[in-house]
Amino acid sequence: MAEATEEKKAVDADVKRVHTYPLIRHSDMNDEMKTETMELCVTACEKFASNNEAAAKMIKDTMDKKFGASWHAVVGEGFGFEITHEVKNLLYMFFGGTSAIIVWKCS
Amino acid sequence: MTRVRVDGDDATEMGDGTDADEWMQAKTLVKPDDQLDLTEAELKEEFTRILTANNPHAPQNIVRYSFKERQFKQTSSVDQLAIHFALDGNLLHKDSDEARRQMSKASPAEAASEPAVSEMGEDKSGAATAEGGAPAAEGEAAEKEAEGKEEARDDSATPAPAAGSGGDGKLTNQFNFSERASQTYNNPYRERGTATEPPPRATFSGNVTQWEIFDAYQDDFDKQEKNKEKKVVPGRKEEEKTRKKLAISETQGDDINRISTSARIVERMVNQNTYDDIAQDFKYWEDTSDEYRDAEGTLLPLWKFSHEKAKKLAVTSLCWNPKYNDLFAVAFGSYDFVKQGIGMILYFSEKNPSYPEFIYNVDSGVMCLDIHPEHPYLLAVGYYDGSVGVYNVVENQDGPIHRCTAKNGKHTDPVWQVRWQKDDLDNNLNFFSVSSDGRVVNWIIVKNELTYQDIIKLTIPETAAEGPDGTKLTSVGCGTAFDFHKKTDYLFLVGTEEGKVHTCSKAYTSQFLDTIDAHHMAIYRVAWNHYHNNVFITSSADWTVKIWEQNTSYPLFTFDLNSSVGDVAWAPYSSTVFAAVTADGKVHVYDLSVNKYEPVCEQVVAQKKKTKLTHIAFNPVHPIIIVGDDRGNVTSLKLSPNLRKMPKEKKGVVLDQAQKEAEQVAKLEKLLSMVREPIDSKKS
Repeated sequence: MAEATEEKKAVDADVKRVHTYPLIRHSDMNDEMKTETMELCVTACEKFASNNEAAAKMIKDTMDKKFGASWHAVVGEGFGFEITHEVKNLLYMFFGGTSAIIVWKCS
Repeated sequence: MTRVRVDGDDATEMGDGTDADEWMQAKTLVKPDDQLDLTEAELKEEFTRILTANNPHAPQNIVRYSFKERQFKQTSSVDQLAIHFALDGNLLHKDSDEARRQMSKASPAEAASEPAVSEMGEDKSGAATAEGGAPAAEGEAAEKEAEGKEEARDDSATPAPAAGSGGDGKLTNQFNFSERASQTYNNPYRERGTATEPPPRATFSGNVTQWEIFDAYQDDFDKQEKNKEKKVVPGRKEEEKTRKKLAISETQGDDINRISTSARIVERMVNQNTYDDIAQDFKYWEDTSDEYRDAEGTLLPLWKFSHEKAKKLAVTSLCWNPKYNDLFAVAFGSYDFVKQGIGMILYFSEKNPSYPEFIYNVDSGVMCLDIHPEHPYLLAVGYYDGSVGVYNVVENQDGPIHRCTAKNGKHTDPVWQVRWQKDDLDNNLNFFSVSSDGRVVNWIIVKNELTYQDIIKLTIPETAAEGPDGTKLTSVGCGTAFDFHKKTDYLFLVGTEEGKVHTCSKAYTSQFLDTIDAHHMAIYRVAWNHYHNNVFITSSADWTVKIWEQNTSYPLFTFDLNSSVGDVAWAPYSSTVFAAVTADGKVHVYDLSVNKYEPVCEQVVAQKKKTKLTHIAFNPVHPIIIVGDDRGNVTSLKLSPNLRKMPKEKKGVVLDQAQKEAEQVAKLEKLLSMVREPIDSKKS
């Protein structure tokens, strides 16, 4: 039993280490936009690891500059949402094993 | 108090108030209330007034402190000048600096006015500072000044314009300009507005929780692991598959091919929509007027099948597919001996009347075809050039899978009919062909090769003409039609161009079992009855259709159709119904149980005049017939109820197939018995 739990812990640790890569849950953007946005989100979250608001602010400002008009960004670890977004301008992804980022455009 | 009037007293003010009042009522003396009451003596007192030039307002004793004597000293003389009027002028001396400056700037006209003006200015200033000038002189001076000024002004005024006009020349008058203005044309304004569609929006919802994130990662992880495993294990198989796929995709090439099945379905749907009313008629329409007409029926035209390239060819053969009831094959060629060109084989489906399902182009005219009853994809055809071929519709080949050659038993004359037979003892596919060269040949497909076997030669035993060297030349009859017995396999009939019908057996190659002089001209069709085993029908170019019974030398029924009968066919559902097509474009349908002498239906089917109908075929399942003409059109017609009368079923008794057949046979037998001449008398 002890061995089993130890193995499990080791596996979990590995799993935790592994499950930090950015995982896109849902997106209807075109591919280049998707990769660019994903990179941006990863950068923002890594830079402001402790401050979700700052990360979201950075994401939103950069998206506004790059793709124009009104973007909205939410970064968090536990929330529910119901949003209206312009078609082909939504990205919903997980990052870091704990936080979720949703970015959408709606003017 | 008497009123005393003194002449010198003009002043009405003098005098007593009360007295005056009473005396002079006309002139009332008004005495102000604050007037001094003086006595007369005082009133008459004379006062002397002296006018001096002293300013009454000027102080008379001004004391100034003198620093020299260190005491206050009274100023000896006080300035007595009183200025009553002062006006500042702006006149300058001509030679003064300011004047010169102005002259250089402004017009020289004004220069003349300046000297007089400047004089006045100086005089005035001089007068202002005059000390102890007499006030009278002052006043006079002031007056003079004013006059002088006026004169000066006048002087200045007059020389000024004189100077202006006689000036240096080329001086532009500042005040002399003309206005020029223009208004450009302003385009009228027009309002335009448009509203763009807002970018499409969609809603999205979700829930973010720690466990959900974890689960998502876990799933992704698992997927990745699976992919890795998949890649490792069936690597080889996938490679092969991919190779095959590549090969297929390369051969497909065109994108259209990939959607061929969907395109076909869509085409059918479109056709169905277009020909919807025909499809409805085909399925449901029954001519209700048939109830009122006992012995008549009609044919309702349904779809018309034609193909562009086949328009110049004649329909030479029709065959329904035994398995797919909507599919039929049409052979195109030419009956004209002189005009022989290409031929075609088309497969049409009732579901798609606008375009054939399969198309085969052939270099020689196709005269006949037959679809194998067991293998509905195999097609046997006979060509005008005497060869036969086998097509496999399923394989995507453009040509036949087998074709016989001159070495391989090809006929020397057109092949008029082919018919598939049951597989022989070795389970090989085989079929028969009959041709004008007088041979009936059996073709067997052995190991993917076509081999032939002469079954019989149609010799004409009577006419054995003598050749030049005395040898007997047996001329050969030209076979034009044949049909195999339904029950006895080896028995078959052959119709010839001379109008004879030979009963033959597959076993005997040289002898006929029987011969009947059936017609005067070529026989175009011989057909056994589907139900009755011994009855067959023949149609001929001598305008007749005859029904025979086996082993009788005379026809049981003869029908004269007024035109060359191209084809005749028994109906599959009745033993007494048959249909014939003639060269005048009519279809004749007979039902012997209804009317033995006249057709139940005689209808012109051809669209244009002078089209000959060449062939007819009954659909094995539906009450449909297809008729081909010599213009490459195939028309489908629906039989009205009167044409397909079934024997009345007894109430409560449901007949099975065999019983139905027996009924049909009985029906025909009854008819025949009426027609048959008593056997006893005939047999001799």
